Amino acid sequence: MLQVNGIYKVFNPGTVNEKVALRNVSLQLDEGDFVTLIGGNGAGKSTLLNCVAGVYPIEMGSIVIDNTDVTKYSEHRRAIMLGRVFQDPMRGTAANMGIEENLALAYRRGQPRGLRWGIKNKERTLYKELLSHLELGLENRLDAKVGLLSGGQRQALTLLMATLKKPRLLLLDEHTAALDPKTAEKVLQLSDRFIEDDRLTALMVTHNMRDAIKHGNRLIMMHEGRIILDIKGEDKKKLTVEDLLQRFGRASGEEFANDRALLS
Amino acid sequence: MLDIFLGAISLGLLWAVMTIGVYITYRILDIADLTVEGSIAMGAAIAAKAISLGVNPFAATALALLGGLTAGLITGLLHTKLKIPALLSGILTMIALYSVNLHIMGKANVALLRMDTVYTPFTKLGMSTRDAVIVLGFICVSAVVGILYWFFGTEIGSAIRATGDNPHMVRAQGINTNMMKIIGLVISNGLVAISGALIAQSQGFADVQMGTGSIVIGLASVIIGEVLFGRKSFFSRLLSLALGAMTYRIIIAFVLKLGMPANDLKLFTAITVAIALALPVFKTYLHPIKISIKEGD
Repeated sequence: MLQVNGIYKVFNPGTVNEKVALRNVSLQLDEGDFVTLIGGNGAGKSTLLNCVAGVYPIEMGSIVIDNTDVTKYSEHRRAIMLGRVFQDPMRGTAANMGIEENLALAYRRGQPRGLRWGIKNKERTLYKELLSHLELGLENRLDAKVGLLSGGQRQALTLLMATLKKPRLLLLDEHTAALDPKTAEKVLQLSDRFIEDDRLTALMVTHNMRDAIKHGNRLIMMHEGRIILDIKGEDKKKLTVEDLLQRFGRASGEEFANDRALLS
Repeated sequence: MLDIFLGAISLGLLWAVMTIGVYITYRILDIADLTVEGSIAMGAAIAAKAISLGVNPFAATALALLGGLTAGLITGLLHTKLKIPALLSGILTMIALYSVNLHIMGKANVALLRMDTVYTPFTKLGMSTRDAVIVLGFICVSAVVGILYWFFGTEIGSAIRATGDNPHMVRAQGINTNMMKIIGLVISNGLVAISGALIAQSQGFADVQMGTGSIVIGLASVIIGEVLFGRKSFFSRLLSLALGAMTYRIIIAFVLKLGMPANDLKLFTAITVAIALALPVFKTYLHPIKISIKEGD
């Protein structure tokens, strides 16, 4: 489904700030995989996600989605196949536009946009129905500006927008990191539900070990721009935080140095 | 007194078309586009030259529109394809247009004395030139407001509005943000050029210098409109732009009447715009406590 073949990403090449963010990363996702991607600060997990989404061009290697080589595709061209939720709740929605206007933009992902009216009346019925499943009371505020919503509401809305047109691959980039624990839990539950109901293939970056273990059917750990652990199947189901820390130590020869991941 | 008032209204209606153009880039796309200084003079130059060569004035105004669309396209390409910052792209096109406009006219200005203009059909009905300008200006502004209200409600129009709001989100929804910026710049400068053509025909000449400071006048009109006439729905925003442009002209007419030298006009406008743009900063000084409570929410 998704194939990442030996990609390299270097930031600020040829300067004193040169940083190799991804070193020969290869990864294959099968249809229906829900992969959690974890690692310390600067491990390259968000960079990997952004390279798949086309935000950054890569220096070497190739990215294939559904047997189409998208390495040279621009960000908006790849977006036809992808659903994305960002770490910053402000990034996924247009604040000065209404809830229904945001949904209508997402509803047309992958279709040519012309001079037809931006929202049709029958879409509103659909949006109301889908918003009511979020259980946030947004179904009665269709024309409210998104800027008036809380971070959690905006993330839930972004999640709905990302899956409104069933994406071939859902990319979640630490999408609960900026939320308070209770809201984060709620958004994670919603993510699980969307992925399960629509049988989506998903890649979720998280800094939280517990979340990485609890969700998905496969766990990948990155360290210094490389994939160092890939745990799936029964192995993944039995995994505990202590296990994961030990395995990290063996694979990297270092202590896991990310307080955020350990404490939360 | 009424004469001054109506004179200001007529001029304000013609500048309203330009103000709406500035609004598209400045507020919707979040780009301060200086191309308008060149494209307003270009619209005037093309219309005046064409009319003086015997072209039908309405066809001449349409040619001016084409010129404006092209100017916007060039700024858009400089910005999106060559990755030149938006402000600088606009400045480059503006400077280039100064020479282009001189070439179009063949000299620094073209007079339209005793030539037929778009206002002639109305004056033939017995209207004064000023009344003809008010009637045609009103028709143009209404048409522009109507068309833009429709356009920004369509799929492409929504995508353009979203591009100015949050380009990350727009790209993630599969929309080419560069294309949206180009479309916005093209429409904006097309409107500005029409405005230039209408102004030249109402004042009876085109001058290569007439664009100088026009961006500031456009911004002043946008801000006056927003402050005085509200910014609730998109339709009321469009109307407020026309009202803002007219109010600006009325204010200018009155300060001139009160004895301010005409030479100080641009200084006065610049100071007004600076104060209006700085209003949010002044507000934080006046109500620091309120703000901090908001942040703590």
